[in-house]
Amino acid sequence: MEDCLSKKIEITVSEAEKRTGRNAMNMQETYTAYLIETRAVESQNEGQCSPVDSLWRRYSEFELLRNYLLVTFPHIVVPPLPEKRADFVWHKLSADNMDPDFVERRRIGLENFLLRVASHPVLCQDSIFYSFLTQEGGWKEMVNETGFQLKADSRLKALNATFRVKNPDKRFTELKHYSDELQSVISHLLRVRARVADRLYGVYKVHGNYGRVFSEWSAIEKEMGDGLQSAGHHMDVYAASIDDILEEEEHYADQLKEYLFYAEALRAVCRKHELMQYDLEMAAQDLTSKKQQCEELATGTVRTFSLKGMTSKLFGQENPEQREAKIKVLEEQIQEGEEQLKSKNLEGRDFVKSAWADIERFKEQKNHDLKEALISYAVMQISMCKKGIQVWTNAKECFSKM
Amino acid sequence: DASLAEANSFSPSMPTSPSSMINQYKFEEEPELRDLFITVDDPESHITAIETFITYRVVTKTSRSEFDSSEYEVRRRYQDFLWLKSKLEEAHPTLIIPPLPEKFIMKGMVERFNDEFIETRRKALHKFLNRIADHPTLTFNEDFKIFLTAQAWELSSHKKQGPGLLSRMGQTVRAVASSVRGGVKNRPEMFTEMNDYMETFSQKINVLDKIAHRIYKEEREYFNEMKEYGPIHTLWSASEEDIADSLKGVASCIDKCCKATEKRMAGLSENLLPVIHEYVLYSEILMGVLKRRDLIQGELDSKVDALASKRAEKDVITEEIGKLEDKVECANNALKADWERWKQNMQYDMRAAFTNVAENNLHYYEE
Repeated sequence: MEDCLSKKIEITVSEAEKRTGRNAMNMQETYTAYLIETRAVESQNEGQCSPVDSLWRRYSEFELLRNYLLVTFPHIVVPPLPEKRADFVWHKLSADNMDPDFVERRRIGLENFLLRVASHPVLCQDSIFYSFLTQEGGWKEMVNETGFQLKADSRLKALNATFRVKNPDKRFTELKHYSDELQSVISHLLRVRARVADRLYGVYKVHGNYGRVFSEWSAIEKEMGDGLQSAGHHMDVYAASIDDILEEEEHYADQLKEYLFYAEALRAVCRKHELMQYDLEMAAQDLTSKKQQCEELATGTVRTFSLKGMTSKLFGQENPEQREAKIKVLEEQIQEGEEQLKSKNLEGRDFVKSAWADIERFKEQKNHDLKEALISYAVMQISMCKKGIQVWTNAKECFSKM
Repeated sequence: DASLAEANSFSPSMPTSPSSMINQYKFEEEPELRDLFITVDDPESHITAIETFITYRVVTKTSRSEFDSSEYEVRRRYQDFLWLKSKLEEAHPTLIIPPLPEKFIMKGMVERFNDEFIETRRKALHKFLNRIADHPTLTFNEDFKIFLTAQAWELSSHKKQGPGLLSRMGQTVRAVASSVRGGVKNRPEMFTEMNDYMETFSQKINVLDKIAHRIYKEEREYFNEMKEYGPIHTLWSASEEDIADSLKGVASCIDKCCKATEKRMAGLSENLLPVIHEYVLYSEILMGVLKRRDLIQGELDSKVDALASKRAEKDVITEEIGKLEDKVECANNALKADWERWKQNMQYDMRAAFTNVAENNLHYYEE
């Protein structure tokens, strides 16, 4: 279990660079490329720095990798990528993908994605993932050669399609509800947080206006002048302090966003299970109806109404040879069907087992990460208050000298 | 000069409202020097066939011998305060008469008499009377005494006695005429400096007023968003097991921050905003006082000019000039003294108000 890739190599996404190139339609486009560096982790006694390998990848390649993982490991909650477009922005933050702050936060998000995959006991062993990190050229072709796109079930893309499953697994249903709730509550929280940040920004920045007025006012005052002037300076400091504070908060927001997207990944696993269950039930149903058909043909009794039965009644029965042939075909199909059903059942049980193992792992990770995120948020708030205390203590001193 | 302290303290036996308590703690320094204690409270609505208006209860407690009794309670309406102010301005044209709250508020007031408006006005009226009581000259003004002590019918009959509307109009016409003439030629340096100062001060205090209101508005919007922020965490905790407690903890902290923000806002609206607003009004008043002083001097100057041109009535004019010179000198001295006093008060008030803001912010962050 501790054989994870993350223990063997150090992975960083260390740089981001703007590039221009030509896209599939031969039109010029600008995109950002990210530098992935890997270095083998040396054991303590060697004390030598091993060489760094590096290659550049762009966001769309990360997307390709993730889609590959989703299809290849349907029972795993696959770590999400950072958002494609800036969402939940408050007014000062740019919604532009080329904005340097956005690019920087994305770089961190991509590094985080790679680390998560590398420390996942199952995912880290995948060779395509390894080549993503180490093989510059020809990686795209390699991925496409796996033919994973064919395996991808297009039905999963229809997000709202419901599959009427007769015997749903209660645990998966509950999990799906949980993932829906998590998604809705986190996105609500992020929206309100963005508005709160906006307002807080306003409060701090307006205090900056004091600085200028105090300074101008101090020019006409004799005794009050000094106090006013220095108080004004502190107001400027106060107004400026909000920028750093809110930047730190963005990192907290990003941590929450990761779990917002994780909720989607969780939901995807539930959907895949649902689909599997549905296919299983359909196959079982199909098998039952074939068996019935066979029986009817053999015994000549019509149990259930079928159009074929009616037409054959109206237009005459088949002769015995035709009937024999039909029964033979059906028996073959039934044989096939029973084998398929068996393997499907096995598949299903394996899926459920490994999915739940990963879901338990995910739950622990989620609880740990979210707790830490909340703690760091509290620490941020405390630090913001400490700064506020300092500024206003200074300001108070200046005011009292007026 | 006991008037350094602002006049809001009153004897401990009086029931005090929370806001006047805030004012009271500032003035523990010289209570023994005060002999006139005034409060304005208990607004009441009166509806007649013609109009609706509000009266306020004015309670006076004094140990002064000129007062027949030691305690008075009367009811006054805004009009009465306006009357008092104009009488004081008439009697002392170059003294700085404190400002009255505005007649109407422009912004978005649908109801003329909503509770917030009445309370703000009451506080300002309270301050107005106390400032007069604190003023070394104005406190002994006869109209002031009548205002504090007369019953309603006594007051209205007294009001009718003063110079009529026509004579007051005459004064205004003369004032306009002389202001059209432009700046005064022989204005002493000191008063030119005062003028320059007041122009800048007026500008700055108006900007400050806008800033302070803007901060209040931003804090209010922040508060509104925060109110929604805490409950989301509680909602989330309902779907979680392990982290439910942490989430509930965060929710309760956010709610505490909300309450702290409310306190901070209240601090602004009760302390800083009224003080700044009062000085916005003061700056207008001071410009008026300076103009009146210029007017008086203008009278003197025109008589001096007349003397130069009309030799004939020399004696009469000389006598008039003599009187006017005295008048000008009195006016100048009065203003000079009052100016010093006003500046001291202003400094004190601003220092107190801003220090209070700083303290409030400290409490906010500490909480």
